[in-house]
Amino acid sequence: MAIEEIPLAEERAAEAPPPERRQRGLWRDALRQTFRKRSAVVGAAVFGVLLFIALFAPLLAPYGEREVLIESEGLAPRTEPCIHLSVNWIPDVPVLSTLESFLESNGFSCSPSEPQHLMGLDGNARDVFSRILYGARVSLGASVAAVSFAVVLGAAIGLISGFIGGRVDNGMMRTMDVLLAFPALLLAIAIVTARGPGLFNAVLAVSVVTIPVYARVIRSRVLSVREQDFVSADRALGVSRPRILSHRVLPNSLTPLVVVATLGIATAVLELAALSFVGLGGDPDTAEWGRMLALERNQLFTSPHLVLYPGLMIMLNVLAFNLIGDGLRDALDPRLNK
Amino acid sequence: MLRFIARRLVSAIPVLFGILLATFVIGRLIPGDPCQAALQERATAEACAEFNAAYGFDDPIVTQFFGYVSDVFHGDLGNSVQERQSVTDLLIDRLPVTLQLSAAALLIAVVVGVPLGVLAGSRHNSKTDVATIVGANLGVSIPVFVLGLILQYVFALQLDGTPLELPASGQLTPGVIPDPFYEVWGLSHNSLFEFIANIDLVNAVLIWRWDIFVDALQHLILPAVALATIPMAIIARMTRSSLVDVLGLDYVRTARAKGLRERVVIARHALRNSLLPVVTVIGLSLGTLVGGAILTETIFNLTGVGKTLFDAITGRDYFVVQGFTLVVAVGFVVINLITDIVYTFLDPKVRVS
Repeated sequence: MAIEEIPLAEERAAEAPPPERRQRGLWRDALRQTFRKRSAVVGAAVFGVLLFIALFAPLLAPYGEREVLIESEGLAPRTEPCIHLSVNWIPDVPVLSTLESFLESNGFSCSPSEPQHLMGLDGNARDVFSRILYGARVSLGASVAAVSFAVVLGAAIGLISGFIGGRVDNGMMRTMDVLLAFPALLLAIAIVTARGPGLFNAVLAVSVVTIPVYARVIRSRVLSVREQDFVSADRALGVSRPRILSHRVLPNSLTPLVVVATLGIATAVLELAALSFVGLGGDPDTAEWGRMLALERNQLFTSPHLVLYPGLMIMLNVLAFNLIGDGLRDALDPRLNK
Repeated sequence: MLRFIARRLVSAIPVLFGILLATFVIGRLIPGDPCQAALQERATAEACAEFNAAYGFDDPIVTQFFGYVSDVFHGDLGNSVQERQSVTDLLIDRLPVTLQLSAAALLIAVVVGVPLGVLAGSRHNSKTDVATIVGANLGVSIPVFVLGLILQYVFALQLDGTPLELPASGQLTPGVIPDPFYEVWGLSHNSLFEFIANIDLVNAVLIWRWDIFVDALQHLILPAVALATIPMAIIARMTRSSLVDVLGLDYVRTARAKGLRERVVIARHALRNSLLPVVTVIGLSLGTLVGGAILTETIFNLTGVGKTLFDAITGRDYFVVQGFTLVVAVGFVVINLITDIVYTFLDPKVRVS
C-alpha cells in the first residue's frame, strides 16, 4: 500500500465536510444496524410469518383447534398427510401433476375424493395443520408473557438493588445466586408441580427462574450509570431518588435489557415446550406444540409426521428470536461495532 | 492466588446455605400429603399419625428445617418412599448414569465445538464461517427432545439393519448384566466401588469386557449427541467470536508482521487468549446439561438423576426431591467455583482485580 496517499488525521478532518449529525435516535440506528445483517432479517421474517399465523389462525386454519374429525369425515386417527396440488381453480400444469404423483409414490397418497390434510391427523383425529397454526398463538403469547413478567420484576429488583447498594443489594443478589444455582428447567418443574400443572403456572415458572438474569443485567448497568456525572449533577440538584431511577438510570440501562430479553424469549419458548413435553403445560386439548409432540411421542416410528411438525415449529420459533437477538446485540453493543 | 480462592470459597457459603433452605422449601411446597403418597391405601388416621411422628412431619417447621440441615451434614438424606431405599443409595444408583451422559455430552461439545469455532473464526466471513454460524444457530435453536426423537427415528428406524444402526433407548441391551468390577476382582463391597461400578463404561473397562464396553458406548451415543448439541453450538459460537476479536488485536498483528505462519499465529498466540471466555461458557453450559438431562433421560429411557427427579416430583417423593435437588444444586455451585479458579490460572488479570 502506498503510504503517502493516506492523509494525516488533521488534514482529513479539514478536508472532509463536517458530518451531518442528524439526530436519528439510538433505537432507529440500532434497528437499521440490526437489519443490515442477513441473519437478523431472516429471523425477523420468520417471526413475521409466525406472528401473522398467530394473529389470523382462525382464518387460515381449515379446521378448528379442537375439532375432532372422526365422525364428520370418517377418517381414522393418525391418518397420513394428504395433499392435493391440482386444485380446481389452478389450471392443470404438468409440473404439478408430476409433483403430485411423486408425493403419491412417497407415502402422501390419497384419492382426490379424500379431504386434504396437509399434515395428517393426530391421535384424536384432529387436523394437525390447523393445530399447528393455532399453536403459534400459544407459543408466542406464553413466551412473550413469561419474559415480560420476568423483565419487569427482574428490572425492578436490579434497579433497587443496584441503586440502594449495601445490605439490601447483598441480600437480593445472594437470593438471585441461590435461584441461579438450580438448573432452570429443574426449578421450573418444581414450581409447576407445587402450583399444579397448567399453562398459566408454566408461564409463571419459566418467568420466575429467569428473573435473576434480568436483575443481574440491570444491576450491573445501574452500578456504572450511578457513578456518572449527570447522575451526580441530579443528586446535587436535589432530584428525588425515584425520579433519578426512572428518568436517568432506567433509560440508560435499557439496551442490554432489550438484547437479553429478546434472546430470553427464545429460551422461554424452549423451556415452555419442555414443560409441556413432560406433561406440565396446558391441557391436552390446547394446541401447544410441545404438548402435541409429547402426546404422539410413542408413535414416532409409525407416524413420524405427528412428532416432526410440532418439533420443527418450536425450532423455528426459537431460531427467530435467537437471530433477532443476536442482530440486536451486535447493533447495540458498541464494543463490536466496526 | 490463595487469597482469591479462599475469598471465593467463603462467598459460596451463604449460597450453599440458601440452597439448603430452598431445597427444604421446595420439598414442602410440593402439594399432597407425604403420608398419603407413601402409604397410599394403607393411610389410615393412626398409620398417618405414626408415619408423621416417625419422619418428624409433626414438628414445627423450623425444627423440621434444623433437623433436615443436621441430617444432611450427617450424610442422611432420608428414605425414598417409592423406591423403598435410602436416598443416598438411590444417588449411588442413579448419579453415575447422569454423570456418564453429561461427561460424554460435554466431551462431544468441547471436542467438536472448539475446533469448529477456531476454523470459522480463523477464516472470518468465508464459506466455512458462514456454514458454521448457520449450523450453530440451528443447533442452539433445536430443543433437546426434538433432536433426540429425530436421532431415534433416523438411527434406530431408518438405518435399522445397516452398520450405522444405534439402539433407541436404555443403557445396555436387555439381558446384558455386567458383573460389578469389585466382585470380579474379589474386593469387598462399598459405596464408592458401587458408584464406580454403576458407570457402565468404566466398569466394562475394569472387568475387561470389550463387548459390554461397545454395547454401553452404542447406547450412549444418541443421548449424548442430543444433549451435546446446544452446548456445542454455544461453544463454537463463543470460540469463533472470541477468536475474531483477538485476531484484531495489535499483538497478533505484530506476530504476523514478524512473518510467522498463520497457523502458528492462531495456535500459539491467538487461541490461548481467545479460549478464556470459552471456559466460562463451558462452566455455564453444565447447568443446561443437567436440565437437558431430564429430557434426554426421559426420551432415551435412562434411569439417571433427571428421570428420577422428575418421577419423584410427580410422585410426591419428598426426600428424593430434596436430596437430588440438593446434590444437583451443590454440584452446580462447585462447578462454578472450579470454573472461576481455572479462570484465575488462565488469566492473571482476574487475580489482580
